[in-house]
Amino acid sequence: MDNKDHVIKLDDVWFSYSRERPVLSATNLVLHRGERAALLGSNGSGKSTLFHIIMGLIKPEKGKVTILGKERQQGRDFFEVRQKVGLLFQDSDDQLFCPTVAEDIAFGPLNLGKSREEARDIVKKTLEVLGLEGFDERITYKLSEGEKRLVALGTVLAMEPEVLLLDEPTTGLDKEHTRRFFDIIKSSARSYIIITHDPDLIEQSTTKQFAIKDGRVYKR
Amino acid sequence: MIIENFAEGKSLLHTTDPRIKICLCVPYIFVIALSNSLYTAAAAVLIALSLIIISGLRLGNVLKSIRVFFWFILLLWVVLPFSIPGDQIIRLGPLRASSQGVLKALAISLKSTAIVFFIIAFLGTTKVFSLVHAMSHFHMPKKLLYLTFLSYRYIHVIYMEYVKLRDAMRIRGFRPKTNIHTYKSIGYLIGMLLIRSYERSERIYNAMLCRGFHGRFYLFEHFAVTGRDMVFLSIMAATLMGIGWMEWITKIM
Repeated sequence: MDNKDHVIKLDDVWFSYSRERPVLSATNLVLHRGERAALLGSNGSGKSTLFHIIMGLIKPEKGKVTILGKERQQGRDFFEVRQKVGLLFQDSDDQLFCPTVAEDIAFGPLNLGKSREEARDIVKKTLEVLGLEGFDERITYKLSEGEKRLVALGTVLAMEPEVLLLDEPTTGLDKEHTRRFFDIIKSSARSYIIITHDPDLIEQSTTKQFAIKDGRVYKR
Repeated sequence: MIIENFAEGKSLLHTTDPRIKICLCVPYIFVIALSNSLYTAAAAVLIALSLIIISGLRLGNVLKSIRVFFWFILLLWVVLPFSIPGDQIIRLGPLRASSQGVLKALAISLKSTAIVFFIIAFLGTTKVFSLVHAMSHFHMPKKLLYLTFLSYRYIHVIYMEYVKLRDAMRIRGFRPKTNIHTYKSIGYLIGMLLIRSYERSERIYNAMLCRGFHGRFYLFEHFAVTGRDMVFLSIMAATLMGIGWMEWITKIM
């Protein structure tokens, strides 16, 4: 496979939180550009850990992490990754820490060095994409669970990522919000990996399935 | 949220630039705290009261929210008249109340009531985050500001976690009593909250890293001082000078 064609590639990655129980052992995973994959696995099988390794939040003990065609080893290498790969956390309260929706969405773009005016445009555009026009000044912690999840997605989309990593994004959402969520995802991201247990979602929104078991990733 | 009871609103005080409100609140507090005259204190209470009325807050709610404060005032009235020596006005058994003591208690009550009212009118009508933003314009230490800002944001979340845990204990029949079982269970509850908060802080930090955080917060919202703000500032500054002048002439008299 051509080197440019894959966006995420893990080679023989090992990781453990404690010596007795390795979470990932000799894990391999490849996501090609444009692929929409599901990551399945029982609770505690290392799905979130895998995402954190891709984002450089934790360092694997062994193995090669190649993201967007470059091998990433140190903290510095991941700055670019964090801009181009968007991770949506399970709990939206972890992601939304600013007082207002607008400030939260602007946080990422401002970190990337965008000017205040550019950030303002991004906030406006993102809220349009989310269908949450007029939410700018709303207080983040007072939003409903569904709105929180959409805004959290917005904070990730505002960075214009090439790949999305979604950690159980629809847990706790009603049908209506789930549908809206995936309409947005499908129209704004070309590649993504989604952790989910929902069979409908896997059927409708993914083209490829990975399963993680005993620390290894299998293609289904 | 508990702290922001009065922050919602569209009145003159709610919409005034928070920086101006801070600029007014601090000198007002100093002038009132340092004044000696009863007239000054009474005038200050009236001014503060009219500010609260302008801000559209219900006086009943305001008084209710500061009821703890009135207990302290009551304590003053119980203690001061009998402990300051002077001309006797009332005699209760071995206790003698002096007029000087009563005046002192009155002065302190008026001054502290005025200060509390001013704080509610100026700062209570401002959202905590706007205050933190305004403070950053005054070059307060960044670390202190982030600490305030993040604690405030997550107090609510931690409180909800506490409610969840407490309810989980209740539905399994937990009723606090004075025994080891209760102390132990409450201890577990607090310990669990600490651990959860710690873990949450790690997740939040990770989420921030994922969005390109590198140790600097950028201010997105900017305040703009309007002409109306300047008028308000001038009027309030003139009023403050009036209070100062009153203090001055009552001293000479």
